[in-house]
Amino acid sequence: MNRLGRYTARRLPQTILVALAIAMVNFVLLHLMPGDLVDVLAGESNATDRAYLDDLRRKFGLDQPLPVQLLSYLWRVVQLDLGFSFRHNMPVATLILDRLPATLLLMAAAIGLAVLLGVVFGVTAARFVNTAIDRVISVLALVFYATPVFWIGLMMIVLFTIELGWLPSSGMATIGGSASGIAAVLDVARHMVMPVLALSLFYVALYARIMRAAMLEVLRLDYIGAARAKGLTRGQAARRHALPNAVLPIVTLVGVQVGHMMGGAILVETVFAWPGIGRLAFEAVFQRDLNLLLGILLLSTIMVVTINFLVDLLYAWLDPRIELS
Amino acid sequence: MPGSTHALSSHSPPAAEAAARRGFWWRYRRNRPALGGLLLLCAIGTIAAAAPLLAPFGPWDMAGAPFLWPGEDPAHRLGTDVLGRDIFSGLAHGARVSLSIGLAATCAAVVIGTGMGALAGYLGGWMDAILMRITEVFQTIPPFLFVIVLVAVFRPSIATVILAIAVVSWPAVARLVRGEALRLRRTEFVQSCIVIGMTDRRIILTQVLPNCLAPIIVIASVMVATAVLTEAGLAFLGLSDPNVMSWGTMISIGREALRSAWYMVALPGVAILVTVLSLNLIGDGLNDALNPRLGAD
Repeated sequence: MNRLGRYTARRLPQTILVALAIAMVNFVLLHLMPGDLVDVLAGESNATDRAYLDDLRRKFGLDQPLPVQLLSYLWRVVQLDLGFSFRHNMPVATLILDRLPATLLLMAAAIGLAVLLGVVFGVTAARFVNTAIDRVISVLALVFYATPVFWIGLMMIVLFTIELGWLPSSGMATIGGSASGIAAVLDVARHMVMPVLALSLFYVALYARIMRAAMLEVLRLDYIGAARAKGLTRGQAARRHALPNAVLPIVTLVGVQVGHMMGGAILVETVFAWPGIGRLAFEAVFQRDLNLLLGILLLSTIMVVTINFLVDLLYAWLDPRIELS
Repeated sequence: MPGSTHALSSHSPPAAEAAARRGFWWRYRRNRPALGGLLLLCAIGTIAAAAPLLAPFGPWDMAGAPFLWPGEDPAHRLGTDVLGRDIFSGLAHGARVSLSIGLAATCAAVVIGTGMGALAGYLGGWMDAILMRITEVFQTIPPFLFVIVLVAVFRPSIATVILAIAVVSWPAVARLVRGEALRLRRTEFVQSCIVIGMTDRRIILTQVLPNCLAPIIVIASVMVATAVLTEAGLAFLGLSDPNVMSWGTMISIGREALRSAWYMVALPGVAILVTVLSLNLIGDGLNDALNPRLGAD
C-alpha cells in the first residue's frame, strides 16, 4: 500500500495540472466564440440599452484584461461554478451533475459487458485458433469494430421494438410508471438493454481481438510450458496462468478509452433519448447554449482524468511488477 | 492493432527472412482479407470519384415518389427517401464527402502530429516535456465531444469538420513519431550524421522522418476509418455541413421514418460499415506487410 501511496503522491499534481490545462483550453474556446456572455444575455432578454450592457460587462468582469479574466475563470472552475444556463434556468454545474448518474450507469454497464464478452470471445477464439469458431469470432469482431454505434442502435430499435415489440426504445423508465422497488429496477433494466448493447458492441469487438492476440502470445511463453509440464491441462493452464496476464492490456485500454466511450454515449443517448449528459450536450448544441456545452466538455474531461488515474492505480495494484513512474 | 487474420504460414526464420527480402506488395498480396479490403476501397473510391456520372440524380433532387422501397421502381434501384430523393445518388455523393473528409482530416493530423512528435523525440529535454504535456492534454479531452464543441463554436462547414477531426486525431501520431524519433536518435547512422555536423532540421527531414514512414502509414489508414465514423456521427447529430449530403445526414433523415421505412437508415449505415471495414482490413494488412519480422504468428 505504501508503494501505491507514493505513486498517488507523484501522480496527483500531474493530474491536477492536466485538469487546469483543460480548463484553460475551455477558456480559450469561450473567448473564440462570437459574442460574449453579455451578448447572450442581451439576446435572451431583448435588452438593447448600451449603458446597461456595459454595466453588465463591468459586473461580470468582462472589461478586465484577459489574464485577470483567466484567473477568475479558473478560480470559479475550482469552486465548480461553471456559469448559468438561461435556457434551463439552472446553474450549469447542477444541470450536469443531475444528468451525470444516467451516463455513468450506461457507461459502467457497457464497460462491464464489453470486458466480460470481449474476454470470453477472445479466449475462446485463442483456444480454438484457426478453427471455424475462431474464424466466426474474428469476422464478427471485424464487422462490429467497423459498425457506427448510432446505426446499430437504430437497427436494434427496428428489430426489437418495431418488429418484435420486446423492448422499449426510449427513455430510462416508463413514463408515468408508478413502479417501485424491484419492479422499478427491472423497468430501468429493460430500458437499458439496447443502449448498453449498442454502446458496448464496438468495445466487445476490440477487446476480443486484443484478448485473442494476447492469449496467443502468452500461451507460447515458457512458464505456460512449465505449467503444462507439471501436469495441468491446456484449459487449466490457459485459465489460471495465461488469462491473468493476458487481461492486463485490457485494463489499461479501459482507462484510455473512457473518453472515447463518452463519444459513443452521446450518440447512443441521442438515439435512445437516454437522459444523460450526452443527450444534454446534444440539446445544448441546438439551443446554442455554448456555455453549457463547454461545461460538459470540462466536467467530462475531469471525469476522464480521474478515471485514468484510478485505472492506473488499479493496474499497479494488479501487477506488482509495474514500475510506478 | 494486432491483426486477427493471419493467413500467413511462414513460421521458420528463413522463410520470414525471404518474405522480408521480397517486395512490400508481394507480402501485402498474400494477406487475403487485406487484398479484399483494398479492392473494396478501390470500388468505393471509384464510385466516389465518378459520382456525378454514376448517380442518375443530384443528392438533393426530389427525383421521384417518396418512400419507394429498394427494387420497387427500376428508376430508383435503391429506393427513395421521405422527400423522394434517390438513395443510390445520395450514397454515391455521400462516398465523396466521407472519403474526402476522412482523407483531408487524416493528412492534417499526420502533418501536425509528425511535426510535434519529431521535434519532441529528436530534440528531447524541455522541448519534449512541453510538447508531450500539450499532447497529453489534447489526448485526455473526450475526442468526439471535443469535435462537437469545436464544430458548434466555429459553425459547421466542411472545413471546420476537417479541422476539428484533425485536432483530436494528431496526438496519436505525435506519440508514435516521438517514440520512433527517440529510438532513431540513438542509432549509429543518426549519431554519425550529428558527428559530421548535419543540422537538426536536415537530420529530422532526411534521416528520422523517412524511417518513421511505415508506422505512420499504418496509423493513418486506421485514422481515416475513425475519421469516417466521426464524420458520420457528426452528420447524424446534424452537425456536418448543412449543404452537403453525407451518409450520416441520410441516416438522420431516414430516422424520422424508421417505423415504416427502415431501409432509409439501413443502406447508408451499410455504406459506412463497408468503408470503415475495408480501411481497417487495409490497416491490418499494411501492419503485417510493413513489419514482416514482427507480424505473422
